[in-house]
Amino acid sequence: MTDILMPALSPTMEEGTLAKWHVKEGDEVKAGDVIAEIETDKATMEVEAVDEGKVEAILVPEGTEGVKVNAPIARLSGDGGAAAPPPAKPAPAPAKAEAPPPPKEEPKPSPPSQAGGETGGTTKAPTPKPEGERVMASPLARRLAEAAGLDLKTIKGTGPHGRVVKADVDGARGKAPAAAPQGHPQAAPRQVQSLEQQGIPAGSYDLVPLDGMRKTVARRMTDSFRDVPHFPLTIDLEIDALLAARGRINAMLKADDVRVSVNDIIIKASAMALKRVPDANASYTPEGIAMHHHADVAMAVAVPHGLITPIIREAETKGLAQIARETKDLAARARDRKLKPEEYLGGTFTVSNLGMFGIKSFGSIINEPQGAILSVGAGTQQPVVKNGQLAVATVMTVTMSCDHRVVDGATGAKFLSAFKAMIEDPATMLV
Amino acid sequence: MDFDVVIIGSGPGGYVAAIRASQLGLKTAIVERELLGGVCLNWGCIPTKALLKSGEVYEQLGHLGDYGLSADNRAYDFAKVIDRSRKVAKQLNTGVAFLMKKNKVEVIMGEARLEKGSPAPKVIVGDRTITAKHVILATGARARVIPDIGLEPDGERVWTYREAMVPKAAPKSLIVIGSGAIGIEFASFYRALGADVTVVEMMDRVLPIEDEEVSKAAQKAFEKRGIKFRLSAKVEKLTKSKTGVSLKLGGETLEADVCIVAVGIVGNVENLGLEDLGVKIDRTHVVIDAEGRTNVPGLYAIGDLVGPPWLAHKASHEGVHCVEAIAGFKSPNLHAPIPGCTYSNPQVASVGLTEAAAKQSGVEVKVGRFPLSANGKAIASGETTGFVKTVFDARTGALIGAHMIGAEVTEMIQGFALAMTMEATEEDLFAAVFPHPTLSEAMHEASLDAYGRVLHI
Repeated sequence: MTDILMPALSPTMEEGTLAKWHVKEGDEVKAGDVIAEIETDKATMEVEAVDEGKVEAILVPEGTEGVKVNAPIARLSGDGGAAAPPPAKPAPAPAKAEAPPPPKEEPKPSPPSQAGGETGGTTKAPTPKPEGERVMASPLARRLAEAAGLDLKTIKGTGPHGRVVKADVDGARGKAPAAAPQGHPQAAPRQVQSLEQQGIPAGSYDLVPLDGMRKTVARRMTDSFRDVPHFPLTIDLEIDALLAARGRINAMLKADDVRVSVNDIIIKASAMALKRVPDANASYTPEGIAMHHHADVAMAVAVPHGLITPIIREAETKGLAQIARETKDLAARARDRKLKPEEYLGGTFTVSNLGMFGIKSFGSIINEPQGAILSVGAGTQQPVVKNGQLAVATVMTVTMSCDHRVVDGATGAKFLSAFKAMIEDPATMLV
Repeated sequence: MDFDVVIIGSGPGGYVAAIRASQLGLKTAIVERELLGGVCLNWGCIPTKALLKSGEVYEQLGHLGDYGLSADNRAYDFAKVIDRSRKVAKQLNTGVAFLMKKNKVEVIMGEARLEKGSPAPKVIVGDRTITAKHVILATGARARVIPDIGLEPDGERVWTYREAMVPKAAPKSLIVIGSGAIGIEFASFYRALGADVTVVEMMDRVLPIEDEEVSKAAQKAFEKRGIKFRLSAKVEKLTKSKTGVSLKLGGETLEADVCIVAVGIVGNVENLGLEDLGVKIDRTHVVIDAEGRTNVPGLYAIGDLVGPPWLAHKASHEGVHCVEAIAGFKSPNLHAPIPGCTYSNPQVASVGLTEAAAKQSGVEVKVGRFPLSANGKAIASGETTGFVKTVFDARTGALIGAHMIGAEVTEMIQGFALAMTMEATEEDLFAAVFPHPTLSEAMHEASLDAYGRVLHI
């Protein structure tokens, strides 16, 4: 028998949602069959069987959230040695230090009863409490766990109905390495008031459950807005030359069925500007400033109930036609939630464009660990003064939010100046 | 095997354990040598409450003017007061008999003795030998007596709680030795009926197990009612004559009609055959583990027999816990604190640690207080004596003790007991809504006060 384990779809993935089973107990599967769909923060991935055999038991029901990587999700009969399927395309390991946890068979504590291949000891995998589910814990246990930096979900409750009580937290604290320094009380947790407490009566609204993406957006944006010292830099760009160039390019590419958007050109120009002002292509880390070798430009894509930022890797090396093809493909798959983690994790800079909604200008929240994010407004015809004369130009306002820990005002200004030069005279991108 | 469980003693420990055992599907018998319900129902908790109520009402009649009322010819018929108390006890005793029948618990009347057996000792009642898988001792306790210095009841001049509950006439003057709950309740009752009462206490304060502030306030309130105290007193000799008693203390001799001895409790460990079985006993109390097991296989013990606090609800709690362990239940991991109540006038109630005990155990505390004199309901009722005191662990915010003195506090302490059982913190007590106007608002205020947030003072 073989346990199929929860695969890690990316090196950093810790848990995911078992979105759908494509097989049921008793089904025969062969290598390569899609058996399940796993949903992570941002993507849905198909899991393929590596071995053939019969599905003996589905251990984690469909729709279970927070399934830990390497937890058994199903059991396959047959004599296959290897077990869990790796992700369809293994994610490139970005850092050597942190090898992705290889999905392998978990050590089985009691082999004897397994030899027969029958459903002997059906020791059900301890399904972790799904994220978002209320953990029953006494008020004191909650406070003690918080102070000790312990996750209540990881503590086994021995109170009534499995409630986590003080003794359980004390026990867990005894086992865990000292998490919180003694005698250094943590700041009191932020008081979250219910809507009712804030005057919005129950029944006056519908509650949409938080899905993985919404939780991720909420967490990442809150962390960034709280922890990263943002400041904005705004500049106006005249884009008539860019629009004219785009017309000519698209006429040329028509035969290839490729259409370059203004945003594609902005991505390309951003990448080029980042290469010219490398200080803006950087991430703050406690160990030092990471100066990125390439401009991996992420683009914010709105999807139903959220957003995602797929990445044009090494955009400075790519031509506009290729960028246009990639953005089209990534945006389409993002909306279907079919992106692979390596397609949206990482990135050194982000472009967010709300011009199509007529937004004039806005400031985005930095997509950590990037050093800056560019917010692009709508291009509109406006009166401008040229050589003392009023003229009409198509003007677009962009605002760059900078992480002041890595991108100082002058650095950001230098970047925007290089960016503006290329946008207003696209031919200079060729240099 | 005759039964799954045989319980010896039908007090609040034994009979509650029997009901629970029956609920869990265990074939159960209970052995009782005297009256179903034990001391609690027949000679303790319940009949004393009946007496105290009579005393309270009578005493209140003396203060009718406070309420704009008057009545002539205030009087009591002592025999009828006692008779009412006995009827109350009888009613509940009958109730226990009904409960045993309803739960199919076989009641075996007689005195039990244990003999070696397996898997549990055999229970001999008269000429009947009963075998069971599990035997639970719930034989309770009785008043401690010290014959050497005359502290021994004679039924006439020297009483324990038992004689004090059914005297032929109310004494004109009374000495109570011991200011624990039992001594104080009788002092309060007989004082209400007009007796000249002196309480003698070895410790330097009354109700010595209570919080020191409560002891102080209680003494003051009792003295206001005319009860006299001799604290830090050493009893040398109690002698009796035809007309009364004479109690020699160090440096003083007190005279009275009657003396009540309330100097503690000893476990009923005798004549059960425990010595032959080799049951471990420590100063009249059977030694048990966390689930009530004695050192003898198949033999368990609960309630007063295993030691303090000697309280009916503690016995019931242990009985249920023990039976559930026998039935294979793993009890929830909750350390339920045991509240204690004294039904004097004013009442005293407490749960958890006193401020001093908390500090002694190294806990940094936050203490809150709220006087009933600032509580609207107390003022409206003309019952402003007393206060509520809370003790929190300053580090965690856990409520670790609560102490109250005043009207109806015995009915309110359970609120704090529940909070502690559920491991409430100050935030929970702040967040809980207390109805207005009630005395219980003082509980809220005392919690707020511990954190400098008191509203009404």
